[in-house]
Amino acid sequence: MSTVDDKANEIEPFDNKAESTSVNNGNGIAGFTILFFIIGFTASLFIGWIVFPKLLYSKKKQPLDFNHEMHMTLVKNGCESCHFFREDGTYSGVPKLAQCIDCHQEVQGDTGNEALFVEKYVSKGKEVPWLIYSRQPDCVFFSHAAHIKLAKMDCETCHGHIGQSTSLKPYEYNLITGYSRDIWGKNPKNYLGLKTNTYDRMKMNDCAACHMEETGRKSSVSTEKDGCFVCHK
Amino acid sequence: MKIDRRCFLSLGIGATAGTALSPLPWKLMDDISIWSQNWPWTPVPPDGEISYTDSTCTLCPGGCGITVRKIDNRVVKIEGRKNHPVNNGGICVLGLSGPQLLYGPTRVQSPMKNVNGTFQKITWNQALSEITEKLLTIRAEGRSHTVAGIAGSSRGTVPALLQRFLTAYGSPNFYCQSSIEDSFSLSHIQPQNNKTIPGFDLENADYVLSFGTGIMDGWGSPLRMIQAGNAWKTGKTKLIQVEPRLSDTAAKSDEWLPSKPGTEAILALGIAHVILLESLYDQTAINYHSEGFSTWRTAVLAHYHPDKVAEITGIDSRTIITVGREFGHAERPVAIFGRGKGNTPLSLTEMSAVHALNVLVGNVNKTGGVFTLPEPNYISWPEISLDTKAETGLQTKQIAEGGLLHRLPSAIKEAEDSVTLLFVADANPCYTLTDTKEVIRAFKKIPFKVSFSSYMDETATLSDLILPNHSYLERYEDVPVTSGLRNPLIGFTKPIVNPLFQTKHTGDVIISIARAMKGSIGSSFPWENYLQCLKNGLGQHWNPLINNDVVEIKYVPEFEDIPRFAFQIPNDKPQVLLEGNENNMNLTLIPSDSLRLSSGYIGAPPFMMKTLPDTILTDNNTIIQIHPKTAEKLGLRQGCYAILKTPKDEKKVKIHLSQGIGEDIISFPRGLGHTAYDRYLAGKGINFNELIGPVEDTFSGLDVAWGIRASLIKA
Repeated sequence: MSTVDDKANEIEPFDNKAESTSVNNGNGIAGFTILFFIIGFTASLFIGWIVFPKLLYSKKKQPLDFNHEMHMTLVKNGCESCHFFREDGTYSGVPKLAQCIDCHQEVQGDTGNEALFVEKYVSKGKEVPWLIYSRQPDCVFFSHAAHIKLAKMDCETCHGHIGQSTSLKPYEYNLITGYSRDIWGKNPKNYLGLKTNTYDRMKMNDCAACHMEETGRKSSVSTEKDGCFVCHK
Repeated sequence: MKIDRRCFLSLGIGATAGTALSPLPWKLMDDISIWSQNWPWTPVPPDGEISYTDSTCTLCPGGCGITVRKIDNRVVKIEGRKNHPVNNGGICVLGLSGPQLLYGPTRVQSPMKNVNGTFQKITWNQALSEITEKLLTIRAEGRSHTVAGIAGSSRGTVPALLQRFLTAYGSPNFYCQSSIEDSFSLSHIQPQNNKTIPGFDLENADYVLSFGTGIMDGWGSPLRMIQAGNAWKTGKTKLIQVEPRLSDTAAKSDEWLPSKPGTEAILALGIAHVILLESLYDQTAINYHSEGFSTWRTAVLAHYHPDKVAEITGIDSRTIITVGREFGHAERPVAIFGRGKGNTPLSLTEMSAVHALNVLVGNVNKTGGVFTLPEPNYISWPEISLDTKAETGLQTKQIAEGGLLHRLPSAIKEAEDSVTLLFVADANPCYTLTDTKEVIRAFKKIPFKVSFSSYMDETATLSDLILPNHSYLERYEDVPVTSGLRNPLIGFTKPIVNPLFQTKHTGDVIISIARAMKGSIGSSFPWENYLQCLKNGLGQHWNPLINNDVVEIKYVPEFEDIPRFAFQIPNDKPQVLLEGNENNMNLTLIPSDSLRLSSGYIGAPPFMMKTLPDTILTDNNTIIQIHPKTAEKLGLRQGCYAILKTPKDEKKVKIHLSQGIGEDIISFPRGLGHTAYDRYLAGKGINFNELIGPVEDTFSGLDVAWGIRASLIKA
C-alpha cells in the first residue's frame, strides 16, 4: 500500500516528462500553426479570387455571330442606324427582325452566319433570341435618351468598343442572379471597384460615381430625386 | 511533430482571413441581394416599342372609347380614350381588366365539340360542315322554324346577321334580352313603325330625380354617368335618389329618399299630384308631346294625395311636397328611371308614372331633358331573298310568345322538340336569365346548341358545339351605343392584336354557313367575308368609323315624327307584385348592382374580383345586407350564416348588418355565383338570378321582376 506522498512522488517524473515534451516540440507546433494558417489563407484566396468567379459564371454562345465592324462600314448613322431612338424618345435596344429584314430579306454575302440567320429566322419570321450583355434588372430605370441626347455621351463610354468587334464574345452570366458578367467586370481588379475604362464595370456604384463626377450632385437631373430613387423609381 | 487541433484552428482562421480578403463573401452577398430583389419567377414583361391604338369597349352596353397601350404586339393596358363623346378619358374597372379577357385562361382557343360531356378540339372545317349538314337536314324535314337564335343585343351587324340568317333559313325565332328601352318605347305612340329610345341630356339638367337609377353604380354608360354626376356637384345640380338601399348613388346624392321597394311608381304619382295641384305643369308642352292627359290628371288628383302616398312609400308627405315643388320650379328638371344598372325592363305603369313627370314639366326634347329618339337603324344591306321553305317557316308562330326571351325556357319545356337547334351569340342566358336552374333544364332539352362565345361561360359549357369568336381586341365590329346618351353613337372595334388562337369572327362563320347552304340562303349573303359585309352595311359611316372609331347619330325631329307619350291611367295597384307568399316569406329580396361586379354576359375578370369588398364576398360566400332591426327580429348577428329561401331556391349566405337598407329588405349582390369561366370567378358566391323568377307586366308581358319574397333562417 502506498501513501499519498508516495503517489505524489510517483507522478513527478511524468510531469517532468510532459514539460520537456512541450518545450521540445514548441517550435514545431508554432511552425505548423503558421503553416496551416498560410495554407488556409492561400487556399481561400485562391478559391475566392480564382475558383469562385469561375464557378459563379457560366457561358452561353450567342444564337448567331455578328460582325459589328463590318456593319459599321455599311451604315451611315453609326450605332444609331440599328440601335435607334423611336419617335417617342424611347430607345429601341437590340434591333428586331423587322430592321434586319430591310437588308437581309435574302442572303447578301457569303458568311455562314448570314445564311443561317436568313434560313432560321428571316424565312420563319422568328426573332433572334440575342443574349444581352447590358441587360438591367426590371427595378432599374435607365433612360438612354437622357444620357445620349441630353448629356451627349458616347455609346462607347458605357458599352466599350463593341462597334469595332468582328465577332460576339460568349455571354457569361451569373448563376445566382442570371445577369451578365459585363456588369461586374472581368478583370480581378474590377472586383475591388478599380477600373481603367468606364465600361470595365457597370455596377450601380459606378453609375452613382459617374453621376457625382459629371453633375456634382447625387440627385437625378430630371426628377431631382435623391439616392436610390435616381434609378430605382 | 504532431498536427493537433491548434493547426486546424489556425487553418480555419487563415481560411476565414483569406475568404474575407477575397470577393467571395461580398460578391455572394451582393448577388443574393440582387437575386432577392428580382425573383426569377416574377414575370417581367418584355421591353419593346410602345404604341397606342384607339378602339371601342364592348364589355357592357356603355360603348366607351378606349386607347389600348401595347408593347410591341402585346396589349399591356387599356385606358379611357380622351375626348371620346361617351367617356372622355374615363375607364371603369371592367374596361381596365380587358387584357385579362384577352390573355386569360377563360378563352376558348379553337372550335370545340362536346362529346359525352367533355370538349374535344375539332377543326373549323369539321365544325362548319357538321353545322351546315344539321341545318340542311332540319330544313329538308320542313322544321326550319325549330332553329332559334339568341343574341346579346338587337343592334349591330352581328345580331343582324344572325337574324338575317334565321329569316332566310325560315325561322322567326330570333330573341334577345328585353331592356328598359322596350318599356320606354311601349309607353309612346309611334308615328311610324319604329322603336323609340330615350336620350337623356343629363349634363345640362339642374334637378335630377332618380328612381332607383344607379348613376354611380353602372346605369347607362357608367363613365359618362359618373362624369355627369361629378359635374352636378360642381354645377350645383341637385340629385334626389329614390332607392330602398344606400347605394353609392344614394350616398353621393343631395337627398336620399329610402322608399319601400317597388313603390317608385306610387311615389312618382304622388310627386305628380303636387305638380298638378299647384299647377306647375306646362300645358303647351303636354299638348305637344302627349295624349290622354286630362283623364290621367283626374285619376292622379283623386288617388295619389301625398298623405296616402307617404303611407305606402314610407316617404314623408312633406318631403313629397317639397320634391314636387322643387321639380316643378326647376329650370331643367329630369326624372330618370331604371333600377340599378337599368338592364331590366320596368312595368309600363312605373315607366309611365316616372316619365309623366318629365312630360308634365315640359322637358321632353329640350336641353337638360329627355329626348325621344328613333332606333338607330343604320345598317343598309340588300333585301333578303326568301324561298318557299323560308316563307312557310316564317309564318309559324314564335316559340316564345311575343318574341320575349324570358318565355323561351318554359316554351321549350312545354313542347317537345320546339327548338331543335339553338345559336347563342354574345349572350350567356344560362347565367343571366332569371330562374336560372329552369333555364338550364330547358337548355339541356335542346338537341343541339351552338355557342359563339369567346369565353368558356355557362352557356358555352352546356353547348354541343362552340365556334369561338375573336375577342373584342382582335376583331372589326360596329358597336351601336344608346344607353341613355343624348345622341346614339356607332362605335367601332378594330383588331389591336392578331387573333391569338384558332378563333373566327362570328360574322364570318354565319356568312360561311349561309353560303355553304347555297340557294336563297346563300344569295342573301352576297359578301365574301364579314369585313366586306360590315363595310357594305355601314355605307356612309364606314370612312368616319375607320378613321375615328366613333360616329354620333344626330337627330333633329320634325313635329310629325315625334312619338307621343301616352299617359297611362294607373290602376288600383300600380306596383308589380312579387312572387311568393307574404305569410311565410315576409322579407323582400332585392338585387344590388355595383361597378365592381359585372352582372351581364361578360363575367368579372380576376382583377375585378380582387376589388370586391368584404361586404360583398368573403371566403367565396355571398354577403347579404339587412337592417340591424331585421336581424334582431330573426335572431341573426353580424357575420353569421343564414339560409335564404325564396320561392325559387334556397342558399346559404353570410349576414352583414347595415343601416343603409330598409327594414325587412335583403340586399343581394348581383354578378356572383358563376359556375363556368376560370377558377378566379367560378364557385364564388351565389347567382342572384337563381333566386328570382320572371314576373310579367300585365300590359307589355315584359319580365319586370325587381325582387322576390324571401325568408331568412339562422343556419
